[in-house]
Amino acid sequence: MSEIALEGVTKVFADGQEAVKDMSLEIGDGEFMILVGPSGCGKSTALRMIAGLEDITSGEVKIDGEVVNDRAPKDRDIAMVFQNYALYPHMTVRENMGFALKLAGVDKEEIDRKVEEAAKTLDLTQHLDRRPANLSGGQRQRVAMGRAIVREPKAFLMDEPLSNLDAKLRVQMRTEVAKLQSRLGTTTVYVTHDQTEAMTLGDRVAVMRAGALQQVGTPAELYGAPINLFVAGFIGSPAMNFMPAELSGGRVKLPIGEAEVPEGAGDGREGQVVAGLRPESFEDVEMVGDLRDERGVVFEAEIDLIESLGSDLYAYFHVESGAVESDQLADLVEERLEETGVPEVREGQEQIVARLDPASKIKRGQSAELWADTSKLHLFDAESGERLSRSE
Amino acid sequence: MERGGREYALWSIAITVVLIFALIPVLWLISVSLKPPEAITDGRFIPSEVSFDNYKSLFEGGIDGSPFIKPLINSILIALTTTVISIVLASFAAYAIARLEFPGKRVILAGALAIAMFPPISTIGPLFDMWRALGIYDTYPGLIIPYLTFSLPLSIYALTAFFREIPWELEQAAQVDGATPFQAFRKVIVPLAAPGMFTAAILVFIFAWNDFLFAISLTSSDASRTVPAALAFFTGESSFTEPTGSIAAAAVVVTVPIIVFVLFFQRRIVSGLTAGAVKG
Repeated sequence: MSEIALEGVTKVFADGQEAVKDMSLEIGDGEFMILVGPSGCGKSTALRMIAGLEDITSGEVKIDGEVVNDRAPKDRDIAMVFQNYALYPHMTVRENMGFALKLAGVDKEEIDRKVEEAAKTLDLTQHLDRRPANLSGGQRQRVAMGRAIVREPKAFLMDEPLSNLDAKLRVQMRTEVAKLQSRLGTTTVYVTHDQTEAMTLGDRVAVMRAGALQQVGTPAELYGAPINLFVAGFIGSPAMNFMPAELSGGRVKLPIGEAEVPEGAGDGREGQVVAGLRPESFEDVEMVGDLRDERGVVFEAEIDLIESLGSDLYAYFHVESGAVESDQLADLVEERLEETGVPEVREGQEQIVARLDPASKIKRGQSAELWADTSKLHLFDAESGERLSRSE
Repeated sequence: MERGGREYALWSIAITVVLIFALIPVLWLISVSLKPPEAITDGRFIPSEVSFDNYKSLFEGGIDGSPFIKPLINSILIALTTTVISIVLASFAAYAIARLEFPGKRVILAGALAIAMFPPISTIGPLFDMWRALGIYDTYPGLIIPYLTFSLPLSIYALTAFFREIPWELEQAAQVDGATPFQAFRKVIVPLAAPGMFTAAILVFIFAWNDFLFAISLTSSDASRTVPAALAFFTGESSFTEPTGSIAAAAVVVTVPIIVFVLFFQRRIVSGLTAGAVKG
């Protein structure tokens, strides 16, 4: 049981690349903290500095209030689960899981007892005498987890532990990890690039971009009040829609219509800003009912594509406007390009995704009347990308 | 199927040719070693009369009287010592080269390569003088040191390649699991690099075992003379008989340890030992 604290931690690699910039983060006792961000954002480096596998250029890492900067990994009493599991191939599952205890000089009976207990939890009992080479991916992953929990360490550090599993197994193991952590109550730092994993697993989530911490908060805080364009675009799936907007006299002019600036947003500013609206803030006018008279705007849109998932209906359309330009969004677009290979923004147009009621009769290629709940509007500074609200 | 059959036939022919080429001299040697002295020059491949006299003569007279037993012991001890020291030193060096960034790394690798290419014959003269001045002429260390010098580059190169293939994470996992760097090396890296170590060990052993150049130049008595050098000093039963029979017998005996050594270690050289360590 213990807390982990990072104070102004910076990592500069030998080639001068600054991987982590002045990062400060406190992880409470028993907390499940997620570090999330696109690849290369420094999240793994940060984790490896906590583990002691990477030197700290400046700043302090504390475990249980003690500075551990100069301590070897073995003296930090932490367990790590690696992305590729890093199981010892020449040892059986039993030996793999008991290795740390054996090194610590625990007697054999005690090791056997603990290993068997952990194997039971992870459903590995019948595989204890097999070697990693003869196990499936999911089993290997569980052995890697088992190796960590047998130790009863101060903290678990997990570096994308599920990213090598196929989609179905990943969702299943995600639940397992969450259950395991809440039952053991061990402080956990979990690195992932998958925002869904981050949102579903974490007590709190720390979003990183280009080595710098952007925002730390509960999944609900990150979703409800993202601090800048990057966090807004990164958290949530499908991602938040962005469009250019103009503020004047308490009203906001959007490509889809004009509305009142929602309370707490806008910061009393005038001029060009970026507006963000999540997919679920749109609805088919037919399905809205009385709400349409209370708030929001109604507009016509040419529907490019409909995706029906049964429980939800996604409608893709675009609005004519000058494109929203921001470094932070450019990062995200690049990230998505890498993943999908499809650039989603066309010149001079903003693609918008709306999540509609599945009962909606909207058809692809037709013009449809949609309603947007502008009270859910997020407003950001066009230059800095910072959220415009001082009400928090 | 057609093609597989043809390929199989071609391979069989090629392998047979190679086997004949390699084994005929060995068989000839065995044949000569089994012939009595008067039949040695009869030119028959299969001896008309099999006699083990040549082998007996090698071991006659015990450790002091026999011209062969002491050199055989010397050979075994010198080759084994060289192998052990070379593998231990090379594994440390190779580990550092594969894993660590340190100034002078390229220099060390280039130096090792340069030594491996250096013609040993040009070191004989200086070594002879130096060893006599240092008092290690005609001693075990006198041979082990040059053997180490010329075998280390080879084993360092071989082991570096093996260490590079072992995933970094395994060692980090061991460190996080509470291992000191040396424990991580001994309990995780070494077992995984074992095939590489055995390969290197075989090469070093064969090199030390077969060497004639250093053995003949840096020894002067049975105190440290190894078998290849001792063969050159074999005499016949009288000053008028060629010692061909005993030399052949000694040559046959001398190949036995090599075959045993290779067979023993070859079983350990199983590829794919790291399978299952990491995914992808």
